[in-house]
Amino acid sequence: MLAWVRPHAFDFPLLLHVLGAMVLVGSTAAAVTAELASGRSPAPESLRRLAAKTFLLVAFPAYIVMRVGAEWIHSKEFPSGVSDPTWVGIGFVTADGGGIFLLVSIILAGFAAWKGKPRLGTAAGILAGIALVGWLVAVWAMGAKPA
Amino acid sequence: MSLDDWILALHLLSAFALVGAITIFWVVVLAIRSADRPSRVVALSPLFKLGSVVVVVGSLGVIVFGLWLAISLRAYHPWDGWVIAAIVLWAVASETGRRSDPEYRPAFVRAQELVAAGTDEPDAELAALCRPSAGLLLHSAATVATLLILLDMIWKPGA
Repeated sequence: MLAWVRPHAFDFPLLLHVLGAMVLVGSTAAAVTAELASGRSPAPESLRRLAAKTFLLVAFPAYIVMRVGAEWIHSKEFPSGVSDPTWVGIGFVTADGGGIFLLVSIILAGFAAWKGKPRLGTAAGILAGIALVGWLVAVWAMGAKPA
Repeated sequence: MSLDDWILALHLLSAFALVGAITIFWVVVLAIRSADRPSRVVALSPLFKLGSVVVVVGSLGVIVFGLWLAISLRAYHPWDGWVIAAIVLWAVASETGRRSDPEYRPAFVRAQELVAAGTDEPDAELAALCRPSAGLLLHSAATVATLLILLDMIWKPGA
């Protein structure tokens, strides 16, 4: 039931967009948990390294796939001249804003892991956590399609 | 917004929870294979617990809200081929995923015991528990079944 009836030409870009977004949400949740749990962990350095690797090697590629899929299906569903509904605007704002938060989180998590700066790891976890909340609002908007 | 719009949003959020949990478990599965010390295995416990909670919420949410939509919407019916295929794949994903959990849990228990005993040296028994081939196979099967559900939901063959 992920989407109502639509032309089959939309299916592959939608698959890219949705799968990329799902992996992005899961990997970001994993990295945020690792960063925020590292302070109370018996192996904080290994958790911070895991978080940094998850941000860089899973969340970032998933973000690219999600964003490319979004542009692709947007160009098919709303060709130039057709105004975007509210839910598409919510999607763009949270995707682009969250993308900036994700990039900063990757940099902070990298410094935290390889330069031994735990506070930067916590900051990366909080920033990515904010992006995650925004993405979940976007998921709600994609489904409920508020006017 | 109608009630069906809200149910679709909850169905979609549940699907994100399900695939998100599978992604979290993959992070744990890959990380635990290279964990050479008990403390590193114990450190993964918060991720394992998070995945265990989120996967239950996602699994129940997709089936409950999905069936609600299949009954509520005129365009679809619970007996449509693609809906039945999704239900069968959901059952396969749920059961294989459920069976993979006890394959990994002993590694966390053993690691906790070693850390509690003040030992953080590499342990042969722990190393074996961290690489359960049955667990990897079951988690892979759950992942494939879930991806097939996603393909089925998007293409809706026969709809």
